[in-house]
Parts: sequence; structure tokens; C-alpha cells
Amino acid sequence: MRWPIQLLLGSALFAVFLIAALLSLIWTPYPVTELAIADKLSPPSADHWLGTDHLGRDMVSMLMAGARTSIAVALLAVGIGIALGVPLGLAAAARRGTLLDEVIMRGNDLVFAFPSLVIAILITAVFGPSAVNAILAIGIFNVPVFARVARGAALTVWPREFILAARVAGKGAALISAEHILPNIANLLVVQGTIQFSMGILAEAGLSYVGLGAQPPTPSWGRMLADAQTFFYAYPRLALLPGLCIVMTVLGLNLMGDGLRDFLDPRLRRAVR
Amino acid sequence: MIALDGVSLGIGGQPILHNVSLRIDAGKVLGLVGESGSGKSMTALSVMRLLPEAATLTGQISLEGRDLTALSERQMCAVRGADVGMIFQEPMTALNPVQSIGDQVAETLLVHGAAGRAEAARIARERLTRVGMSPDRFPLDRFPHELSGGQRQRVCIALAIALRPKLLIADEPTTALDVTTQAKILELIRELVREEGMGCLLISHDLAVVAQMSDRIAVMKSGEVVEHGPTSDVLEQMQHPYTRALFEASRHQPNRTHERNGDPLLEVREAVRDYPLKRARLFGPRPSFRAVDGVSLTIQRGESLGLVGESGCGKSTLTRAILGLEPLQDGSILLDGKPVTPEMPADLRRRMQVVFQDPYGSFNPRHRVRRLLAEPFHLTGRPADMEARLVEALESVGLAPSDLEKFPHEFSGGQRQRIAIARALVARPDLIVLDEAVSALDVSIRAQILDLLVELQARHGLTYLFISHDLTVVRAVTDRVLVMRAGRIVESGETEAVFAAPRNPYTQALLAAAPVLPAA
Repeated sequence: MRWPIQLLLGSALFAVFLIAALLSLIWTPYPVTELAIADKLSPPSADHWLGTDHLGRDMVSMLMAGARTSIAVALLAVGIGIALGVPLGLAAAARRGTLLDEVIMRGNDLVFAFPSLVIAILITAVFGPSAVNAILAIGIFNVPVFARVARGAALTVWPREFILAARVAGKGAALISAEHILPNIANLLVVQGTIQFSMGILAEAGLSYVGLGAQPPTPSWGRMLADAQTFFYAYPRLALLPGLCIVMTVLGLNLMGDGLRDFLDPRLRRAVR
Repeated sequence: MIALDGVSLGIGGQPILHNVSLRIDAGKVLGLVGESGSGKSMTALSVMRLLPEAATLTGQISLEGRDLTALSERQMCAVRGADVGMIFQEPMTALNPVQSIGDQVAETLLVHGAAGRAEAARIARERLTRVGMSPDRFPLDRFPHELSGGQRQRVCIALAIALRPKLLIADEPTTALDVTTQAKILELIRELVREEGMGCLLISHDLAVVAQMSDRIAVMKSGEVVEHGPTSDVLEQMQHPYTRALFEASRHQPNRTHERNGDPLLEVREAVRDYPLKRARLFGPRPSFRAVDGVSLTIQRGESLGLVGESGCGKSTLTRAILGLEPLQDGSILLDGKPVTPEMPADLRRRMQVVFQDPYGSFNPRHRVRRLLAEPFHLTGRPADMEARLVEALESVGLAPSDLEKFPHEFSGGQRQRIAIARALVARPDLIVLDEAVSALDVSIRAQILDLLVELQARHGLTYLFISHDLTVVRAVTDRVLVMRAGRIVESGETEAVFAAPRNPYTQALLAAAPVLPAA
């Protein structure tokens, strides 16, 4: 079986940031919360590979820790989306055409109609800004996405004969959904998961940029962008570096999603078989 | 007129066709028969040069003196559609759903630069009328979804003959159609071939269809033509043992010795099943479609009851109600005197099992045979001797215990159907519903499965409800038969009596339309 080139490339790209994020849990070149005003805005050097920011914090350390925030927020948000959205979608498909289906799907439409930013502002208005609330906001935004994908895919599996056979064996909708439907739509969910993951990273950056995500001193790519704004003409590096990190991570994840889709496509699989 | 001379085809080093030589004359039909995987369709695709990239084609395919194998892809495009037309098995997917039928036929003419826009529309009209789509009932702006399967196949034929090709390739043109529709489409093809002087390559797995339609027959087996000659000669002489085996398998009669017991096992009384349709207006009343309309039937213990009818007659709906998967709107179904409903107790449900048509779709592709077979134990709880019972079921359908660890895709279609039967047996049911259970199988495999079913019936005292559109099969394996049309049973009786002297006009039409294999 041939691995799609996008999958390898995307995984490699994403792995760089993932390793950086994991590494930052135990080691960064400098502590990220330590200010060194004397060293502020110093250019790249042997001590500070990518220089320091306006408060003298080491850029490499900040980016590594920022990767941790971004990835953690996006991952948890995807988790929320899958944990709530997939069962809702499966339930809607199992009871297609009934009131339950309508209630679930129209509820989804309602949530879908609000951009994650608006949801985040709503949540912040109630609970105050924090990384946890950013996770909640992006997670809630993910729920209808996964519910729709799960329902659509499940609908194509339900009419198949092995489902009818399972019903003849007396199995109920919940058991059939878990045992027969879910494994057969898992690849679609995985692909959608990577795509939502990359969107989550973008959303986290966006929320932090407007000050609704991670709060100082927790480093975040979005916050770094916001901080660098005022220095952009003098020190473009401060904005370009976190910007580049966001672009590369999202690109890596999108390539991974495309590659996975090709890799898991049942038609390609059949050809291989 | 068109001749294949020593054509061999390999795909990625795998030999597909070996030294195939055929000739098709103008105004004549060549029937190409063989089982799945014998290379029938690949022969047709070789003529069209519609082959996968890794294919290597050798030999000569000459159409009126021109060697098609030597043409460039660009020249070939001019040949396809113009000199060679093709119709496919599935009329539901062969037409573009968002283009009107007139546009689709006219497009062929426009693509080949055969006519201007107005002229193309005129010819399209004329061709559609030619295939029996009259202008008053079928204006050019009709869309495929407004037509029935048979009508769509007519449009496909109009498309294929729009440019009056010299050769018409029909690849299983009626396999997806009902018998009465099949008879009309076959009649149309024969008439067109004769009157327009086309050659026709008719590909089918159905020997009766080929025998009835063709001037010459070629029999294919694993990429080779094993017998080729005028229809009457092939049918009389059958020189190759494979031809003989094929014909014997298609008229196979399992040896039934099993006795009926007499007391009723399943009773259906005045069953009514409605489907809700879409509301015509918001908040308007919801209309419904009556798929099963007051059906009553009784299945006796140990009996094989046939249920025949064309697509849309309500067979499948009735089956799902009998299996207790869907509720009735009126009437009742009793198994051994106990009511059958979607909420019926597990032990009652255990007593009815089912085998479906599609040996590919009836298993979850991600489970091993062990898990697939054990599914009915959901009803009974896992017995202590589960392993022994799984092995027993597998062995009784002729498979090995080691097959328990395999995945469904590791088996052939016939083997999968055996697994499906084993799954039905595992719960030790009284009644097995066979829903088109042998329709997707090749004739030789079908004969084996029919034998197996008869043997299992005798050994386990099973009762069968045999649902099929294939009248030959129903006649071979059932004691009594019911004919269903538009949600009602229109005729019932002992199988031999109904087939020998049908009383209802619909049954008569159905039997008359079914192609029959000439007696040996």
C-alpha cells in the first residue's frame, strides 16, 4: 500500500510542532515567564536563536510554549466536538425522519449559525476570558460539525443489509450504532477530526489575538501576534514568527487530512485489496 | 463486419483475456455468455478501448477493415459513440440526472459534429420515438428521474444508436430490470439490430436470454472462448464440457425429498403496511403509500413457500413486516400463534432468520466470521457450547472451522452466501426467509447453494419463505407459490399447478415474459 505524499509531508510538518510542544513541558531554553527588560528586542544571536520580544522573553521558548497552548486547546476542542457531536449525529441517523432527528439537527443549525468568535464572546461575557473558555467555545462550535458528518455518513450505512441482519438478530439502535455504524464511519470522522484540529488552532490564535483566549502570562501564538502589533514596522520578526508557526501547523494538519482521506478512501482501499 | 482476432489482454501483468477471436456480422446478434470474472465485459471494453492504464492489448480488432487497436486515443474518441454504441447494466446511473433526455441524446450528435443544434434535437426526437418513447408522453425535456427503469434503458439505447453505429454492445442490458420489462427491451434490441443492420454483441450471464436472442453464441471461461458457433449448434452439441456444465447448472433441479408437515407455522392475516410520504404542503396532512394491501398467507411447517413479483410490488416490505422489523398498520402476523411485532420477545425473534441477496453487503466488512456468525446469539445469550455451535453451523454449509478467523472479503460470493446461511442457522430457527438469496450468484454457484438449502431443510426440518423475481428458481425449490402485484396477492397455489396453468392474467404475463432455456 502506498502512503500518500501529503500524509507523510503533513505528518512531518505537524510532528515538528508537536515535539516542540511536548518538549516545552520539560524544557525550554529560557523560562517563558521570566522577564529580562535589559535584553528586550534583541536580534537573533547565539544566546537567543530567534531574539527576544519587547519584554525580553526568549522567542524560541515562547513559540515552543505557544505551540503547547495551541495544540492543547485545539485537541481538547476536537475532543469535545467528537464526544458530543458523534453520538448526537448517530442518534439522529438512527431515528431519521422523527422528531428527535429534527430537534438534534435544527439545534445544530442554531449553534452552527454562530461563529466561534461570537460563542467565545458570549462565554467570556459570562465566565470571563481564559484558555478553558476558549476550549469550550471552539468545542461547542465543533459539535454540529461532527454531528452532521456522523449523521450523513451513518445514513449511508443504515440501509445496508448487514444492518438489517443485525436488526433480525434483535439488536437495538444504540448497539447497532456502536457496533456496526461507528467502525464504518470512523475514517470519515478521523479526517474531519484533523481538519477541525487545524481550524481549532486558527480559532485559538484568533481568540487569543482579541484577548479572549489564553491570558498572560500563558504564552500563545495569538497573544504573541497581538503583542507584536505595535512593533510591527520596527521588528516584523516578532509578528512573522508566530504567524509562520500558525501557517505551518495548519498547513501540516490540512495536508495530513487530505492524505488521510486519500489513504482511507474505501474506493482506493478496494483497488489495493 | 467486426472481427476480434487473437485478442489478448493483460492488466498489470495479470492475464485477463487469452487469444479471443470472435466475429459479429451486420444485422446479427452474438451472445457472449460466461460466469462472473470470465472476461465478458473486458472483451467489450477492449473493443471500446476503455481499459485501465496498466492494460496491454495485443491482437487485432478490425471494424470494417480498420484495426481499432492501432488507432490513437483521439481517433478512438471518434469511433466511440459513432461506430460503436454501448448500453450498460444499470440504467439508473448511466444517465446524467441533471440533463434532460433530449439534451443527452442530442449531445452525442453534437460531440461528433454530426448535426447542428436544431438538427440534433430533431434527430434526438426521431431516435427516442424509434425506441418507443412517443413524443406526446415523453417530450425531450423530461428528466431521467421522471422515468422508470425500463424507460431509462430505452433512453440509453436511443443514446447508443443516435449515430446509427455499426456495432451495438449491450453489457447485461436487462439484468437490473423486471422480467416483463426485460422482454420488451430485448424485443426492442432485436428489432433494432434487424432493421438498422447493426451488429450486436450481447453480454449476459443468463443463458436463457442469450439463447433466445442470439444468432451465434460464444461461451467464455477464464478469459478464453471455449465454444463459439451458431446458436442451434451450440445448444444441440455443447462440445465443451464447460458449456454443458453451464447449461446443466442453469436448469438445475435440486432433489427434494422433504415432506411437509401440515400445521401452520406462520400466519399473516389481512396485513396492511403504509409508508408516510412527504407532506405536499407545510402543515398539510401527510399522505401515505400503501405498500402492502390486505395480504393474507399461511406458511406450513416444513414447507417452502415462494413469493414472486416485480420490483415495487411490496415483497420486501412484507418481508420486513414478517421479520418483525416494521409495524403493521392493520391486520396481524402470528408465528406459532404468537403475535409478531417489532417489540416481540427475543425467543420468538430467534425463530425467524433471514438470508439476503447481496453476498457483499450482508456482512459488516470490519468483523471476522466468528463475530458475524455469533450475532444471532444476541437473542439467546451466549450458550456455553457457542464455539461448538459456530463450528457446526460453518461445517453444515461446507466451510472449515479455520474460516472463523477470516474477514468476509477473503471469501468468494458463493462462500459468503454460505456464511450468511450459517449465520441464519446458528440460532436454530424454524423459519428462514430467503430474500433473493441466490439472485446475485453465478449459475453453477446458484445450483450448489440450492442443493445446500434443500439438504439443510431435510436435515433440520426448516421452513423456507423464498422471495425471488426469478421464476425458474422458484419453480425448482418451492412447494407453493404466491404471486404479488401492487401490494396484493393475485394468485396462489401449488407451484407446479400455478406454473402449468396460471389463472390470473398478471401471472400469465409474468410467465410468458420469462425467457426459457430450450430443452436439452
